[in-house]
This record gives sequence, structure tokens and C-alpha cells, in this order.
Amino acid sequence: MQLPDAEQLLTLLIEKIRLDVTDKTTIVGIHTGGAWLARRIHQALKITQPVGVLDISFYRDDYSKIGLHPQVRPSQLPFEAENSRIILVDDVLYTGRTIRAAINELFDYGRPASIHLAVLVDRGGRELPIAARYTGAVLTLPESSMLELRQADDGKLSLDLRSIVTE
Amino acid sequence: MSIHPQLNKNGELQHLLTTEGLPVTILRHILDTAESFTGVTERDVKKIPLLRGKSVFNLFFEPSTRTRTTFEIAAKRLSADVINLSMAVSSQTKGETLLDTVNNLSAMHADMFVVRHNQSGAAHLIARHVGPEIHVINAGDGWHAHPTQALLDMFTIRRYKQDFHTLRVAIIGDILHSRVARSQIHALTTLGVPEIRVIAPKTLLPARVERLGVHVYHNMTQGLKDVDVLMMLRLQHERMESAHLPSTEEYFKYYGLTPGKLLLARSDAIVMHPGPMNRGVEIDSEVADGSQSVILPQVGFGIAVRMAVMSILAGN
Repeated sequence: MQLPDAEQLLTLLIEKIRLDVTDKTTIVGIHTGGAWLARRIHQALKITQPVGVLDISFYRDDYSKIGLHPQVRPSQLPFEAENSRIILVDDVLYTGRTIRAAINELFDYGRPASIHLAVLVDRGGRELPIAARYTGAVLTLPESSMLELRQADDGKLSLDLRSIVTE
Repeated sequence: MSIHPQLNKNGELQHLLTTEGLPVTILRHILDTAESFTGVTERDVKKIPLLRGKSVFNLFFEPSTRTRTTFEIAAKRLSADVINLSMAVSSQTKGETLLDTVNNLSAMHADMFVVRHNQSGAAHLIARHVGPEIHVINAGDGWHAHPTQALLDMFTIRRYKQDFHTLRVAIIGDILHSRVARSQIHALTTLGVPEIRVIAPKTLLPARVERLGVHVYHNMTQGLKDVDVLMMLRLQHERMESAHLPSTEEYFKYYGLTPGKLLLARSDAIVMHPGPMNRGVEIDSEVADGSQSVILPQVGFGIAVRMAVMSILAGN
């Protein structure tokens, strides 16, 4: 299957977000793919507030099934979350469970004035009532596939589709 | 029963009983995870939902304030329900056996036991006895092991010194009665510290301690030379059943860490102590409160490390 170019999608996404940026806007990326995108968006839109990164491992709803992720990174929200206007960034929106976890984590830092979601790809398959405000592309993909964002050594982003074997 | 009663059949941590034989990957995983938990303390809501709905029983058969409190805080930060049992004043005095106590608490749907006991092997005994859904953490057993203390010490060293492979570490004081020292030596060895020294009078060293791979010194002047990390131990009055020392004053004169003796170590050396400290016995107040002391940060790191251990265990 022909996947769209991640760099082009990012450019498109940045233009969509640009229209709504104010001096109160903060960008928060979900580790790892979302964090790469967040840094690029943050830079392109010259956001004054520092960029935030969330590792949602401690908030996953499948912890009791699969245990703790072997590589948890510290979350960093280097601004006051209380009353902030957050644009939450992730690479792929699928079941919505990651976003649920991220929203829960954000609220443990304070009460944001708003949280909007920006994703590079929306691949459908939602299991929770969650929708993105800004989307690079909408794709329909087989359930047995995993869509991932990759970052090359030079920083160039690309999408990768793998088939996964379910037990 | 496998050789490593603390690992499950997939080689994951099922219980934390000792640092001896603990694979380096698991050790590092605990330290890395703890790093992520340090940030939680600085947030508005100092809580994470990982252990929501789980019950953690603190079973303390021996008095402890710091260890019990930090375990309690760690469990609460992970949203677990914590039940503290001081067994010295409980059913044990009425004649109930250790395993009967554990059976009763298991019937109350405990998910985790944190055990402190004056008998070596108590936590092992409980770990072998409980069902596969229950996790046991050794919070100190007799002279044997105190793995979470050693892990928080490793975390502290890594915070200040980064690379274990270049360090000279000295453990100073009552090695003989110290479960902390044993757990520290195993953890330091696994993490690749090339030179571990123990400094103590002969009467406070276990027989054939060199077999653990440590260098033995009986005097501070030689032992502290060029050391990067000083790990002080408490002189354990309550474990001194026979006279190992002429007097605490005499001990302080030869082995107490004074500013003068600290000058023998590297100028950027850090001073650690597991607490509680005996000021003027094993450590001078000026050192304990000095710029090279990391004794108070150790306490905070203890919470993050215990959160890491609990969240890894409960997920396995």
C-alpha cells in the first residue's frame, strides 16, 4: 500500500494549526512520535511557550495486562498547566486510548483551559469518544497492521506500515 | 522452585528479595523507571493511577520509621491502598505463626506484602508461600538483605556520578551486622563498579568478606584515599549482643567521618548514609550537614525507587 509522505502531511498539519495559534498556545507531544512532531510544529509556528513531552506509560489502561513499559521516559511539562491552551500532538490516532491516558496525565499537572488534538494520521478504529481537531490525513488500514512514524538520522520523518501477528 | 525465587518463569521480577543475582537489565530498569517517578513529586497532583484498586500490606515485624514511611508514600503515590501492620504489637505476640498471619492477610486479598523482619530469610519464606498473584518486597531481613535501600543508593550514585565503571566506592562501618552493606556490595558489583572497599575494625567485618570481591581496610587514612563515594553505615547498637567495640567514643576517633578524614577522599566525593544517623558516632555533624553530603536527597530518591519497584512488580 502506498503511504502518504509524512513530511508533506506535517506541512499540511502545521498550516491547519497556524490559524488558531495565539500567544497562549502550548504544544505537547506524546512520546515518541508525537514528541518529534511537537518539536517540529513548535519550531515552525514560533511558539513562545516551551514544548512539553508526555510519556503516558503510567496512565495506560492495559498496565494490568501487559505490565509496565520497559522504557519509561520522564514526562516534561515546562510550563504552568493551569489555564493553559494545549495542543496535544500524536502521530497516529487509532483506538483513542493513548489520548485518554494523555488527557488524564495532563490534568494531574493542573486544569488546562483547553486541550485540542492534532494528529498526523487518523486511521479510524476508535474505541472511545475522541476526535482530532487537526488531522494530516485519514487512512483506512487493515486491523492487522501497525502504522508507525519513523525519524531518520537527519530528522526526516516517514510512515511505516507493518503487519502484526495477533495471538 | 527456580534458583531465583524472585524471578518468574519469563525471567521477570516477581518478588524483590535481594540484590544478589539480580540481572543487570532488571537493576537498570528499576533505576530508569525511578528516574521517571522523580518528576511526579513536583506536580500538582502527586499521584499516578497505576496501582489503583491494589492493596499493599506493610508487614513490619521490626521497628522502622523511614523505610515504612517511604514505602507507604510510594504506594500511595501509585494510588494503592496501604495497610500498615506493626506486628510486634499484633497477633504474633498472641502466638500466631508468620505463615498463618500471611494466610489471613492473603484472604483479605492483599496484592503486595512489604516485609521487614529481624530473621534472615523471612521475606523468602513468605514469597515461597504466597500464590502467584501476590508480590513480596523485602524491606530488610535480619543481617541478610535490604534491596530497596541498596537500589536507592545506586540511584543516588548514578545521579551524582553517572558512570559506575570508573568509581571507587567505600563502605564504612559496621559491615558485620549490616544487611544494607551486603545488598550494596552485590548491586555495585553487578553495575560494574571496579573497586569496592570496606573499611571497618576486624570485629565489625564478617569472616572472609574478601570473597565478595571487596578490598578490606582497617584504617580510614588508607581506605579513603581517592574514593569517589563514601557509604556510611549506622553503628547498630541494638544488634550488638556482645562487645565488639571498647566504646562509641573510641569508634568515632578511628572510624567516625570527620571533615579532616573526608579530605582524604576525592574533593568531589559524595557522602551517603542510609539513616538513622548517630551523629558523633559514625559521622560528624559537620560532614552530615556539609556540602558533600547527599543524605537528604537519598530519602527523596527512596520514594521514587520504591515506586519503581512496586509498579514493575505489580505489572509482572
